[in-house]
Amino acid sequence: MKRGRRISGQAGAWVRPERGLTFRFEGRDIPALEGDTIASALAANGQYLLSRSFKYHRPRGPLSLAGHEANCLVQLPGAANVCADQRAVESGMRVRAQNTLGTLRWDLGAVLQWFSRWLPVGFYYRAFYWPRGAWDKWFPWFRRAAGLGKIDPHAPPRERVQQHLFCDVLVIGAGVAGLHAARLAADEGREVILVDRNSKLGGAMTYRRPGDGGVADEGFARLLATVREHARIRCLTDATANGWFEDHWVPVIQGESLFRVRAKAVCVCTGVIEQPAIFRNNDLPGILLGSGAQRLIRRYAVRPGRSAVVLAGNDAAYEVALDLIDAGVALRCLVEMRPEMPAHAAARALIEAGVQVECGATVYEARAARRGGHLRAVDIRAIDAPGVAGGRRGICRCDLLVVSVGYMPAYQLPCQAGGRLSYLDHRAVFRIEQLPAGMHVAGAINGCMTPAQAMTDAARAIGEILGAQAAPAPESPGRWCGPSGESVNYPLPIFPHPRGREFVDFDEDLQIADIVRSVREGYRDIQLAKRFSACGMGPSQGRHSALAMARIVASETGQTVAATGVTTARPPVGPETIGHYAGPALFPRRRAPMHDWHRAAGAQWMVADSWRRPAFYGAPERSQHHIAEEVRAVRQRAGIIDVSTLGGIDVVGPDAGEFLDRIYTGRLSALAVNRSRYALMTNDAGAVIDDGVACRLAADQFYVTTTTSAAERVYRILLWWQAQWRLQVDILNAGPAWAAFNVAGPAAREILQGAGFGDEIGSEALPFLAAREVSFAGCRARLIRTGFVGELGFEIHLPFHAAQSAWERLVEVGKPLGLQPFGVEAQRILRLEKGHVIVGQDTDAMSSPMEIGMDWAIGWKKPYFVGKRSLQILAGKGLSRCLAGFRMPLPRRDPPRESHLVIHAGRVVGRVTSSGHSPTLEAMIGLAQVPPDLGQPGRNIDIRCAGGRVRQAQIVPLPFYDPDNERQRC
Amino acid sequence: MALGLLKSAFPRAGAAHLPDRPSLKPSYDVVIIGAGAHGMAIAYHLARYHGIRRVAVLDRGYLGGGNTARNTAVIRSNYLTEESVRFYRESVRLFRELSNELDYNILFENRGQLTLAHSDSDLRNFRWRAEVNKELGVRSELVDLAEVQRRVPLLDCDPAAHYPVLGGLWHADGATARHDAVVWGYARAACRLGVELHPLTEVTGLEVSGGAIRAVETARGTIACDAVVQAVAGMSSEVARLADIDLPIHTYPLQALVTQPYKPVLTPLVSSPRWHVYIQQTSRGEFVIGGGCDPYPLYQTRSTLDLKEALCRGITQLFPFLAEANILRQWGGITDMTPDYSPVMGHSPVDNYFLDAGWGTWGFKATPICGVTMAELVASGQVPELIRPFALERFYTFDQVNEAGATAASH
Repeated sequence: MKRGRRISGQAGAWVRPERGLTFRFEGRDIPALEGDTIASALAANGQYLLSRSFKYHRPRGPLSLAGHEANCLVQLPGAANVCADQRAVESGMRVRAQNTLGTLRWDLGAVLQWFSRWLPVGFYYRAFYWPRGAWDKWFPWFRRAAGLGKIDPHAPPRERVQQHLFCDVLVIGAGVAGLHAARLAADEGREVILVDRNSKLGGAMTYRRPGDGGVADEGFARLLATVREHARIRCLTDATANGWFEDHWVPVIQGESLFRVRAKAVCVCTGVIEQPAIFRNNDLPGILLGSGAQRLIRRYAVRPGRSAVVLAGNDAAYEVALDLIDAGVALRCLVEMRPEMPAHAAARALIEAGVQVECGATVYEARAARRGGHLRAVDIRAIDAPGVAGGRRGICRCDLLVVSVGYMPAYQLPCQAGGRLSYLDHRAVFRIEQLPAGMHVAGAINGCMTPAQAMTDAARAIGEILGAQAAPAPESPGRWCGPSGESVNYPLPIFPHPRGREFVDFDEDLQIADIVRSVREGYRDIQLAKRFSACGMGPSQGRHSALAMARIVASETGQTVAATGVTTARPPVGPETIGHYAGPALFPRRRAPMHDWHRAAGAQWMVADSWRRPAFYGAPERSQHHIAEEVRAVRQRAGIIDVSTLGGIDVVGPDAGEFLDRIYTGRLSALAVNRSRYALMTNDAGAVIDDGVACRLAADQFYVTTTTSAAERVYRILLWWQAQWRLQVDILNAGPAWAAFNVAGPAAREILQGAGFGDEIGSEALPFLAAREVSFAGCRARLIRTGFVGELGFEIHLPFHAAQSAWERLVEVGKPLGLQPFGVEAQRILRLEKGHVIVGQDTDAMSSPMEIGMDWAIGWKKPYFVGKRSLQILAGKGLSRCLAGFRMPLPRRDPPRESHLVIHAGRVVGRVTSSGHSPTLEAMIGLAQVPPDLGQPGRNIDIRCAGGRVRQAQIVPLPFYDPDNERQRC
Repeated sequence: MALGLLKSAFPRAGAAHLPDRPSLKPSYDVVIIGAGAHGMAIAYHLARYHGIRRVAVLDRGYLGGGNTARNTAVIRSNYLTEESVRFYRESVRLFRELSNELDYNILFENRGQLTLAHSDSDLRNFRWRAEVNKELGVRSELVDLAEVQRRVPLLDCDPAAHYPVLGGLWHADGATARHDAVVWGYARAACRLGVELHPLTEVTGLEVSGGAIRAVETARGTIACDAVVQAVAGMSSEVARLADIDLPIHTYPLQALVTQPYKPVLTPLVSSPRWHVYIQQTSRGEFVIGGGCDPYPLYQTRSTLDLKEALCRGITQLFPFLAEANILRQWGGITDMTPDYSPVMGHSPVDNYFLDAGWGTWGFKATPICGVTMAELVASGQVPELIRPFALERFYTFDQVNEAGATAASH
């Protein structure tokens, strides 16, 4: 382990030298300082090797120290693909490398690169599929090699928080532009949220070389303090604005929290992303971007290497070179790509320091140490023409190569919002244009590279936001330029090597030849080339490859870089977990007031959307027995069932009758007050979509019930139509406020009278289908004489709070009379015996009322109802199927079950929609959807049951039980 | 076999996959609007099996850049109605053979698909589908909770969950393939047979006279032709309108997201209609997660925060550990939804103008069979038996396909 890489007395560093700690990497103890990231701590120990690459298992290390590259993804216990250059190190943390085959140092997968000639881009599209079926054998092997980190399927869930925030101006990026923008907006009385992904404010000011307002600058320190203390600025650090959604809705991720920020305007000051140069072995550990080296030095007080070469394509490289010297790195050589050295202060200082400078040259190849794969030397060659290297200028030994050749604006957020990139040929940079209303960019992202430029630009952006209709700022001549006046981007830092390994995309191990080959194979559009080569599809989403890719594709297709463009920017900007968006995931469970009573009574539960309903009461192993007992109780004595899950909607107003006439098939406006009627709803194609009971409680007041599963949907449908018809009605989704239960059976009336009802529920006062408001259990209740189960029945709807005591009272009163609570299973049998359909079970997406024997429920004479026209056409066509009742002796095993098929003449002609054992009839009964001629009573149908066994059943008239409906009327 | 397998690892030699964009001729026998997987498959079958090679495939964007690029590549045939099952069964069969047919590996992986039942009515519905599927030779089975757990051990089967898993529909034929490779494979094979691919060639008008299509107007000039096929999923109504054809289509965005790559832990494709979410882990290791359509009609492929949250909430109910997976990318496509969740294929009111439309969320899985049947239709004028149920007339004669109950959010 190499020691002594910390720079003592580094001003402004984020690490605290007095607070040492230890963590583990690949099983070794690594000393670190508080404030370190995993990657910076490892770099401080001379360890750049962090991971193995996706395809060739090449050794890789950090490049930017800014969380941009996939090579920095490491494994923590319980978390995979963690950014080692972003995640703060903690004492005792156990970190492992990802995608290793063997160990990080000795990776067997690395032999793959020796076969890379035979594994060109997209090689798998033209291989592995012959002989026929070969791929079935191959793909499991490919799957085994796939993926980076190991996700822990058993990691305990983390608590995550979601919050809404609102502001006038959201400033993203707290570099000098962002700080200034935030301050100006806040000074003008705007509420500002300032977001930065680093733990400290300052952006590039926290790692750039002082001078022109660098870290030590007094003005900057004042700006920082002003922003921190400003009453109208809320700073979110360690927070990433990770996407842009319509109307400036921006999710900001901070730790385990998700802030949904709604802003009136957004100012993006996210700066630039430095780009690598492309030459042979440009991916070796020990090769850093200029800003990466500066981050190591200034933020983490790490001396990035012992002896270094700087590859310069712009002026910033000189400042980096000076920083390296100051940090105690022996600077062997500065390789200047441009033909001449620029004339600016840093360049002069470098000459004074006696550094060797090679102009018009490039690093053509980096060489790796035999052991560990770290950078050992670079091969320096002259540049003969753009992208063409010539004669060797020398081989320089070094353990650090710092590359500073250009930038890409951090375009992700603005481009997600609809901004476009255009290429400035004379500067060789992409610039963001055509921003949508309310979105602005300022600072380096807009080409304003110096602090002074950035502040001017921020003032311009905030001016625009504040509505100052100033003329658009003139193109400042210094944009995208360094102090020498030359562009910050070297036009073509791409040097193909005959033996390849010049990596364009580190995530996917794509070399220049791979991109070229993609284009030559015909994938000429940048989008196609991306999809074919997978360039930019990895975890870094092209942050380091989009620019080079555009340049290579442009040069191959003979188009301009501008016309070639880059691929679409999509959220998110940086990593975020699914858990951030899933949040605490609150799904309210709905419970009837009698829920606990049911539980105590031994209810077995059935899932019904957000509800749990008693399926039956008793031991699950004797379910059939219990269900049959419940059925018998209702038929012979009385039963009580909780129907609180039904939907209930109040429709009130002078047009209530008219409104319901249009919604339901029947003429509900003709309903007398205090009467109820079956109500059937169809859609505009004439298909049955719901049913219920409509009660007229007053001339202008109706109460309609819906099925449990359709409760919310029916309410929405009513609102939707009302929005168009605009009748004089109010529609209230009253269901959630009501609980309901049904007392049914010959003894039902007696039980109710025992519980406090009087003559008002007698057969005269409250005949079948009567519905009225009554006083019960100390409150107003709605009493409906229904007959769903085919016995004398009372459905009592009453306020939630009163329901439990009312239920308990009824049960107590009913006990001597044999009252038995019954569940959904018994109810299904009871209604089946009566031949009543369940919408959704006995119907499908196209069932018409005629098919299910409900012609009687259609008010053909009404001028209109939803679905009428379709039903008229369907009625004219005649039926192609019908719902028929069938009956058969009880089979010992494999009875026909719901959805078993009806077979006729060797073909499928229908299906069983309901079936069950009827304790009343001691037979198997059911409903089946069959062709009309097969559905005639007396015919036999064949049902294919479990295991393919075909059973015969006889079609019988419906209902199976009490055909004259005597019992429910009494 | 072992040697054969090893030999198969060496890429097959051959010319470039796709030729350069040719110049546009004044006339073609057949013009296909839309260079997605469907359009290219139709072109390929016209050229390969019907000898019709003067074919131009036009697209306003790039090859396969529309919904072919955006769909989540689920291949299955476990539909509900006989018409649909027969149609998709044939499609899955063709998918199996497609790499060899096209001499291009479409990375077809038969990993099986599991649709989760969270309620009693789901179980009834799935039994129905399984019974119909089995009858027609499609491998589907209603499975109980124990079998679900055996197939997908990482699934959260807690009975106390909000919507507990009660069982599922196991579809052994369920599969996936690389969606891009499908369109590239067809395009490569078609172009080698003389079909011309014209990206960046937007259709601006359709010339109809005497009730028949005569020419296609494009931004690059007018093309006379004998027949036109429109295969523009997501823009079907808009393109048909150029020929004054009204389609019963509402168009909605559909969104999906993908995570960073992780070592594979999930083999089958899993879908939960109740949570409006489905998932598969690709052979790159990424989890692809999709869901239901946006609630409002729109022609836009932007992403929304609401749908992202809904997808994330849904998927973590099934696989809680995915809460720690990093999201890589979110995107949207456009779906042409028909009232009966089935396509519109065949003749149109305009002679020699053929429709391949209404592909909702079920277009990718129908690609090969669309190529076969639409090419046959164009070449012979006769509607193949398999696509007869999907004619546009059905919406006027009340003969819709009874698929609506079964298709939503299963993809």
